[in-house]
Amino acid sequence: MHYRITGLLLAAMFALPAAAQLDPSGEWAPLFHEDFPERIPGPEIGDYLGLPINAAARLRADTWDASLLTLPEHQCKPHPSDYAWRGPANLRIWKEVDRETQQLIAYHTHISWQAPERIIWMDGRPHPPDYAPHTWQGFSTGKWEGDILTITTDHLKNGWIRRNGVPRSDRATVTEHLLRHGNILTVVVIVNDPVYLTEPFIRSTDFQADERQQIAPYPCEAVVEVVRPKGEVPSHLPGTNTFLTEFPKKYDLPAEAPRGGAETMYPEYRLKMKQMKPAK
Amino acid sequence: MKTKHIVLPLLALLSAPLCAQQPRNADTGEVHVLHVQGKVYMLVGAGGNITVQAGDEGVLLVDAGLANMSDKVLAAIRTISTKPIRYIIDTHVHPDHTGGNEKIGAAGSTITGGNVVGDIGASAGEGATIIAAQEVLDRISRKDGETPAAPSKAWPTDTYITDEKDLFFNGEAIQIFHQPKAHSDGDSIVFFRRSDVVSVGDIFVTTSYPIMDSDRGGTYQGVLDGLNHIIDITIPAEKQEGGTYVIPGHGRLCDEADVVEYRDMMTILRDRFVDMIRKGMTLEQFKAAKPSSDYDPLYGSDKGFWTTDKFLEASYKSLKAGK
Repeated sequence: MHYRITGLLLAAMFALPAAAQLDPSGEWAPLFHEDFPERIPGPEIGDYLGLPINAAARLRADTWDASLLTLPEHQCKPHPSDYAWRGPANLRIWKEVDRETQQLIAYHTHISWQAPERIIWMDGRPHPPDYAPHTWQGFSTGKWEGDILTITTDHLKNGWIRRNGVPRSDRATVTEHLLRHGNILTVVVIVNDPVYLTEPFIRSTDFQADERQQIAPYPCEAVVEVVRPKGEVPSHLPGTNTFLTEFPKKYDLPAEAPRGGAETMYPEYRLKMKQMKPAK
Repeated sequence: MKTKHIVLPLLALLSAPLCAQQPRNADTGEVHVLHVQGKVYMLVGAGGNITVQAGDEGVLLVDAGLANMSDKVLAAIRTISTKPIRYIIDTHVHPDHTGGNEKIGAAGSTITGGNVVGDIGASAGEGATIIAAQEVLDRISRKDGETPAAPSKAWPTDTYITDEKDLFFNGEAIQIFHQPKAHSDGDSIVFFRRSDVVSVGDIFVTTSYPIMDSDRGGTYQGVLDGLNHIIDITIPAEKQEGGTYVIPGHGRLCDEADVVEYRDMMTILRDRFVDMIRKGMTLEQFKAAKPSSDYDPLYGSDKGFWTTDKFLEASYKSLKAGK
């Protein structure tokens, strides 16, 4: 009998998550105090400042034409999960718990723009094989590190890290940390992309609890917005995108700065920029 | 003893998340089975991807993989169904897709009767029916470049010369579309209408730039036409995801959005390449300009059979010839 009690105590001790872990479940409204111009009006064409991109990513972005998004097959794409926090992201997080054991199986998220739903598996299941489909939300597993929920995601579709054509490949893996401080939820996203980034790209986004939040449905039906010859895909030929020079001129920046690269992520770059001449 | 019985299973349970399995990869020398949806499965690891449709009437394959993987392919099929293999549909002639025709075909059988048996004899029912575009038979049955003729048991037994051939098997309409001058001259796209899966051969792969086999009638524009055809067939479920699934010739299971990304890449590069050709660039100047450098880290390679250099050369020659 004594042995049995020992076993049950052990089970109770280990099977339940530590009580101190701060559950991120709830309704969350986005805070736009970080990177507002990029997130709401939208990024300027040719602004790659602060992005650790390589030359291949730069050329893809330089030749990207926003008209691409008018193609029917592009209209209903949601943001990939690593970017989705940045959009008009009214957020809901809820738990899925095994009824019998009360063990946490997964967290689910729903985001307002295009209504993507995501599952973060907490039950230790393996990631799928490499031949399994990739999705906009990817395959995510989570674990607690103290009060921080750390999420690992792979199996993402080809996506973007800025909404002006800067690509993120389907080979990227993403680590996210969710930190709750009372009514504030901070999400830190770290993108590792061996194809288009030279260093991990890190950014944070904040949310505020909003118990009265109601997220509206977000249906999407693709339509022909522009009549085009079949198979036409808008893009700029290399060296012909005249919009690229507008951003540095508008803000009196040196022409090199918006070209991005790992160096432009670090504070020292501001000092370097002061030595450069503004674009004409 | 009681303590062990109670605590050890508990420890095993608790430690499970810490020793979660690593992702399984295709390049293990083994054949892996992935259920796609409906009656359709994807076999990975036998050369080109193999599509399996299984039901009460038997088993239908799209492509048969490499010859030396046939035993493993047959074993994998038997984990899905014990019914007879009735059909193999070849998407094109290359041996990583047709190599298994002989052995896997011989393991199957065809339901015959009437005039067929009368004209040919009882042996007409031996082996699965092998369906392909006529061009596949033309090439596989004779020395084709450096490739010797395949044994006659590996040849298609039922060829078509039209734009489309229809089949109804396992309660499902199956459309076979001929996609001319794409990866080769004998490409077929196979659409399982009820399962909502399309198997497309090497017109679409996720592992490299597309191979335009110009020695066998492949062209740049033909691949692009094929990709647009696949997009015409596929319908995403919601938010440009799921719905019709696409089994590529090589690489992971996809949906329309993945094909769109690839089609966009091929269209953007075509427009760029044609502009350079129109400006009078020679092949050497064209290659030196590295005109696909933005997509090379994703689809290019400097090793193996299909290098970026070969893709650029094939693209230049095809597009310069207006194909």
